Order: sequence, then C-alpha cells, then structure tokens
Amino acid sequence: MANTPDYSWPPMEARKVIGQRVKRMDGPAKASGRARYSSDQNPKDLLFAIIKTCPYAHARVTDIDTSAAEKMNGVMAVHINAPKGTEIQWQGTEVATVAATTEDLARDAAAKIKVEYEVLPHLVKEEDLAAAGSHAKAAGERMQGDPDKGFQEAEAVSEGTYGIPMQSHVCLETHGEVAYWHGDQLDVWPSTQDVTRYAGSLSPNLKLPATSIKVEMDYIGGGFGSKFGPDAWGEVCAILSKKAGGRPVKLFLDRKTDQLIAGFRPSAFAHIKLGGKKDGTLTAWESKAWGSGGFPGGGSPPLPYILADLPNRQNYTSVSVNTAASRAWRAPNNQQASLLTCCAIEDFAAKIGMDPIEVFKKNLQYAPKARQETYAYQFDKAAELADWKKLWKPRGQNGPGPVKRGLGLGFNAWGGMGHNSNCRVTLHADGSVQVDIGTQDLGTGTRTVITQVAAETLGLPVSAIKLSIGSNALPPDAASGGSTTVGGVSSSTRKASVNALVKLFAAVAPALGAQPEDLEAVDGHIRVKGSPAKTLTWVAACKKIPAGGVISEMGVTDQRNPGNLMAAGAAGVQIADVSVDIETGVVKINRYVAVQDCGLIINPRLAESQVYGAVIMGISTALFEQRVFDQQTGAMLNPDMEFYKLAGIDDVGEIIVHMDIRPENDKRGVIGLGEPPAIGICAAVSNAVANAIGVRVPNIPMTPDHVLNALEGRTA
Amino acid sequence: MSSKKDAERPEQRKTSFSRRGFIRGVGIGGALGTGLLEREATAAPAAGKIVGPGPVAISLTINGKTQNLNVEPRVTLLDAMRNQLDLTGAKRVCDRGVCGSCTVLMDGKTVYACNVLAIDAQGRKIETIEGLAEPGKLHPISAAFWNNDAQQCGYCTPGFVMAAKGLLDEMPNPTLDQVKHGLAGNICRCGTYMGLRKAVLEAARSPRQQGGKNG
Repeated sequence: MANTPDYSWPPMEARKVIGQRVKRMDGPAKASGRARYSSDQNPKDLLFAIIKTCPYAHARVTDIDTSAAEKMNGVMAVHINAPKGTEIQWQGTEVATVAATTEDLARDAAAKIKVEYEVLPHLVKEEDLAAAGSHAKAAGERMQGDPDKGFQEAEAVSEGTYGIPMQSHVCLETHGEVAYWHGDQLDVWPSTQDVTRYAGSLSPNLKLPATSIKVEMDYIGGGFGSKFGPDAWGEVCAILSKKAGGRPVKLFLDRKTDQLIAGFRPSAFAHIKLGGKKDGTLTAWESKAWGSGGFPGGGSPPLPYILADLPNRQNYTSVSVNTAASRAWRAPNNQQASLLTCCAIEDFAAKIGMDPIEVFKKNLQYAPKARQETYAYQFDKAAELADWKKLWKPRGQNGPGPVKRGLGLGFNAWGGMGHNSNCRVTLHADGSVQVDIGTQDLGTGTRTVITQVAAETLGLPVSAIKLSIGSNALPPDAASGGSTTVGGVSSSTRKASVNALVKLFAAVAPALGAQPEDLEAVDGHIRVKGSPAKTLTWVAACKKIPAGGVISEMGVTDQRNPGNLMAAGAAGVQIADVSVDIETGVVKINRYVAVQDCGLIINPRLAESQVYGAVIMGISTALFEQRVFDQQTGAMLNPDMEFYKLAGIDDVGEIIVHMDIRPENDKRGVIGLGEPPAIGICAAVSNAVANAIGVRVPNIPMTPDHVLNALEGRTA
Repeated sequence: MSSKKDAERPEQRKTSFSRRGFIRGVGIGGALGTGLLEREATAAPAAGKIVGPGPVAISLTINGKTQNLNVEPRVTLLDAMRNQLDLTGAKRVCDRGVCGSCTVLMDGKTVYACNVLAIDAQGRKIETIEGLAEPGKLHPISAAFWNNDAQQCGYCTPGFVMAAKGLLDEMPNPTLDQVKHGLAGNICRCGTYMGLRKAVLEAARSPRQQGGKNG
C-alpha cells in the first residue's frame, strides 16, 4: 500500500501564498458590475413570476378564483399554492403564483386572482409571555450542578430582564431562482448557500431525478443562513416553467414578501438571577427564558453562554406566533445567548462594584477548559485596544453632561469545523492548472482561499490557478453554513493538490535524476530538495505528463476524520465604546474592538473583512433592527427597508479588529470565521449603554424610545 | 382577536403603496438626508402629453448609446434596464428608494433608478456601472474598491461605485466625513463600510480620477 502523503500545512514561516493579503479573486467582477448573480440571469423568452400572498396572519382560504388572471393576455401559467380549505398561519403565505411575459403583467394578473378568507384569531407578539396563553409551551426545567447551594453561598445576588426581538436577514438579493424546464431537463440558477444539494432538495416534489437538474450559481447576494433549500417558491418556479411550455421563469421574492416569509432570527427574552461572591466569583445562575421562532415556536439559547459549568437552574418557554418560521442566522441562538449571559454578568459586576473584565476572567473556570487561557488573553488584549483602563468608569459615573460615554463587553464561541468537501485538481501538459469544487462563495472569499491553498501547495502564483465553483456538475461540496466552508474547501484543496503533485513528481523524477519523494514544488519550479541546481520550471515539468494526458487527482475532506488541517472551536472578546445622549436617547458607537481567534488564517485581509462585516451587522442589530408587528391586524409594520432600519456607513463608528494569530492558534489548523465575530455585539453594546447611563435598557435594539423608557423607569 | 369572513380587496394594499405614488410623494423630504436626488426632485417635469397605459416607444441614452425600447409608462428606469436591456449591474433591492443598490448617474447626478420612470429618463444622459470601463478593465473607483476589499457578496457594490463616482465628480477631494455623508444613501448588508471609506478616499487620490470628470 502506498504511503499517505503528508498533507499538513507548511510551517508558518515557510508559507508563501497562505497568510498573504491576496486581493479577492472575484473583486474585479464585483466592482465592475459584471458579476452576474442568479437574479441577473436573463435567458431568452424569460417569463416573470409574481406571488399573490395572504394579507392575514391566520386565516382559512374559503374560495380562490384564478380564471380572470388566466384569461389575461401575456399570462403564461398560474399555480395555486393554497387551494380552498388551506389554513394559513402567517401573513405573506403564498396563495397563488403567476408567470407572465412582463413583471407588471404578472403583478396585474396576481391582483385579479380573487381569494376569500375566513379570518381566524392570531397572536403575533411574544414579548409579553403572560399574553401568549395557549401559544406558550413550557419546555420544562433543566439543572446543572447545585444552584441552590450556590445561591446559599452567594454574598450578592443580581437580577435583570433582557431580550432581543426578531430580526430580518435582509439579504440584498432576495430569495428566488430562475428555472428553465425543457424536455426532461431542469436548469436552475438559484440564490443558495448550498449548490451541491439544491437539486436533491428540488427533486422529490418535482418527481425529476436529481441528475436531471442542473444547478448553477456564480454569485449570491447575501444569505447569512437564510438560503439553503429551494423553498416552496423554488419548486413553484420550476412548475411554472413546465406549465408555460418550457419557457424560463424568474421568481425572486419582492422585498415585502422576502421580509415576511424568508426567515428571521428568533427572539429570546429572559429573567436572570445571578449569585456570587464579593470577589466576583459566580456561584449560581437561575433563568426563566422565552422566545419565538415564529409559528413553529422557539428553542432555548445555550445558557449560561460559554460559562456552561456554572451551577444553574433554567427553564424555557416556546411561544408559537402567527409569523413565518425563523431560519438560521449567522450563529443561530448565539447572539441571543451571549446577550443574555453577558448582560447578567455585567449587572452582577455593577452590583458588587467590580470591573466586569475582572468578573469575566474570575469565572473562566466555568468555560471549556481548552479555551480558558484564550479568553483570558483576549479580555486583556481587547481591554488594551479599547483603552479600557483609562476610559472605563463604574456604571453611572460617566460625568455631568447630557452625553454619557460607556464601555461594555461581549464574548463569543463557535465550532466552525470544516464540512465534507471534494476537490479535483487537474494539471495539464501545457502547465495550466484547473481546480474544481462544487462549492459557493457567499462573499466570504471562498474563491480566494481555495486559489491560495492550491497555489501554495503547487508552488505557483495565484494567477496560475483556474478555479471553477458554483455548479452541481463539479465535485460535491456541502452547504456554506455554520462557518464550515473554509475548513472544508481548504482541506480538500490541499489534499487534491498534494495528490496531484505526487503524480507530477513521479513523472518528473527520472528527468531530474532523483526519487519522486526528494522533489519539491517551489516558486514555479520542481526541484530536488537540497540541490537547487537540479530544477525544472513548472511548465517544463508538466511537459513530462504524457502527451494528451492529464494528472487529475481528488482531495476529500471527511468531517469524521478531519486530520490536522482543520479544527473546531473559535473564541473572541469584544468591547463596545458608546456615547448616549440622555436627553434624546440617541446611542452612537465611538469605537468597537473585536479580538478573534480562528486558527490558521489563510488570508488575513479577507479574515479581517469577515470580522468587520460581522461587527457591523451586529451593530446594526444592536442599534436599529426589529421586526415590528401589530397585534390588532396581525400585520408586520416594517416589511421593507425604510422602516426596517439597517446601519449605514456613518452609523458604525471606528472598528478595531485584532486577529489572534498566535502560533498556538495557528497550529490547530483552519477554523471557520463567518459566525464567531457576529456573536457578542448586542451584548457589548447593551452593556456599554448600561455603563454609560447607569440603568439597563432591557431590550435590543438600543433605539431612543427604549433608552428613554429605561431612563424614566418605564417598562414599555 | 375576532373571527370574521372577509373577502380581500385586491386593489387595497395594507402596508405598501404604489411605486408611482411613492415617486410622486417622495418629494424633497424623502430625498433629503440621502445626499442624493435633491436636484432631481425639485426639477420634476411639468405636465406633458399623456401616454399609456399600454407600452410606449421610447429611446434612452445609456452609456453614450441610444437604446430604443417599448415600455409601459409605469416601468421604472431600473426595470427597463434590467429586464429589457440586460444591464444588470444596477440591482433591485428595496425597490423604494432607500438602499441605493440601483444608483446610476442621470445628467451627472446620482439617482435611484428604481425611483425614476423610464419614460422620464428620455433625453437625459444616463451612466451605469457598465459604462465606467471596457470589459476586462477597471475604472479607478472600481480598482480602489478591489484594493480595499470594499465588497463581500458584492450585490450593493455597483450602487456604491456609482454613488462614489457621483460624489467624486462633484467633490474631487472629499474628507472622510464628506465620504460618509456622500455614501449615506446606500446600504451594505455584509458590512463593508470600513473598506468603502478607504476605497473612496483612495479613488479620490488616483490620477485618472483627478485628471477629469469622466475619468
């Protein structure tokens, strides 16, 4: 049996391409507007689909009549999503879908569909648990350690109520696809985080083999966890194409529908009691939490966050409300857990009059052992970068003027182990190199990372690598979710590149008068280790590949057997520095510090961009974002971008990112980065506001009304 | 929470309003604070001849080329470009004039293409991101975006590039605060604002941008 080649990463100091701040490979296409997203596909004879949605939060369809719409000129296909008798559980539910030659015609036709409803009782708000009635379901009590003993030993007890409402992903490209059903073949251009499995998800309901479904996506306009499967509208789009005699159909949700039904982050609220010693050591946690992920209800965030070994008693109540179902959002349940935990800890610190950094560090004994030292280091590093010692003042002691400055903490943890991935590296006799993976680049820099790994391994510049991704005809990858992509694709690319090199070395060795195992690929050459004079250029070496032949090798990442290329377990600490005007309630971010570990970093430029982006998204959430519902009508009041506010370029202050790339982190291998820095921002901002104004604003977002209510002691 | 039988009235929309109504109503109030559209809003054309509701033959001047097309009067410039002319750089995101992803230049001023009717764009000089540089070449602003990683998913990027172009044409050497103000009418969801700030400042320093308005 042949020996397994050594796949391990080159040592830090020997890397030539990995670790470089290579510019995003698809940057020119994106910055010139030539990147074609699935929503930009305009195949010949394209039809446009419009969905007619239900305006009620809870209703039964008692009649539906599509005849007027079907008779309209230019209407090519009509599909009824919710036939007579369907019980609808949320506003925005698809009732019927029309495909027509123009978008406006399709909209006119949808308006002509007559639907009658029996309107049923609804609940659309979950913040007041007492009003939830039968919509609330207690999940029972959970206990770890001996919280009763902990509270008996406590010298101080703090209590507080905290919460985070539902927020929308607001992917700039809405959910949808272009589908073209011709003969027995379906071509789909979706907006998806999962190119590899999209066909398999479409297949059962369309009764079409997955092998007859071609999926292609070059670019995606945001996903953040909300765009995995094809969704019901993806199936309907394909059905409409078939019904219309095989004309391609474009169905991308309009902004309002996207806001209503294409996912959101579940809410979480909790009343938390913390007990501990006057020296900052926590002894017990008790929490009563509740929240909702829409109609299916919610699940408890992991509490106490990170400090999971703190003796605790907790219960959670799931509330089912008449809204669409929540979806994964960049670190599901972790932003919530970090907020609830970090706010409770800072309230305890304020109660005993201690610097919260000291309290956090004092309690790292309750965190996973492998990360305790990392957090201790990161708290100190973040404090140094935020000038904490100079700027932090005890809560409410922030000067006499109306504008109060405050600092606050948040922390994060995430797995980020790479997913299963298959990469094929093909070396041609002319020296050109093709890398193929059926993955997708969400804007995280996946293309760039794969290219760098192949270039590093083959001893070539990134410009020598031709990469294809974004098609289910390529070797299968997996969904880009949970920060799993970078580990998966970097490992499979590394292995495929090494495997290809082994073959190339075998072809080249006789010409160099050496054994294959004595060769190395460096700086565009294949040479004999230790004898730099014995060398061939890359192109000359590839000429040794027999004429008409190629070297084409696979590399496989298996999550169950990750090897030493990738790992799980990222950690980070963040500090918000805010100013709050106590007369207007306006909160401004002065500075935000993020210290983040993610193992071996393939491209620091893109890694920093991930952290900047995560922090900015979090600041937006912390300051502005909330899905607002009206219990009277059951309607969402801000299914748009005017009143569902997102942070702009001047709303986010200065952001300082510090990647924790100490050698002990680097040697762990590649760890995903999309989620971890997106956790902890709501916590840090809420804590900074509390530190500034002296009282806790219970719920995110930190809007002026929430701040002024808290200052005046009002609860709503 | 009452139960009642109620037929939906198709013409009535609960929380939205028609695009045309919005465009009429947005006026100066809606344009202020974005740094965009101000002149466009005050320069609304006087009542002209009545056309429609069916398709109308119009011609548009986009990136120096005359484009003849048939559009219903209700069709926006954005939809006409994207759906009929295959100019897909400008993106439809909010469709309500708040996010800036569809930003183009009209007679040298930045406008939201979702807020301009195609028929009203006749006789105006329209510049889109496709017209900034030949395929395979990068305009200095686009290059600065690349250099500073002012893009992630990239869906907002063309709008930001055009907003930056409009800003730099008017204000070749902006301060950081002026950049923040000038780009406040655009939204990025991936959070590329740090790179964007640097990119626009770098583009302002680039020789080609400094050399001429249409660089």
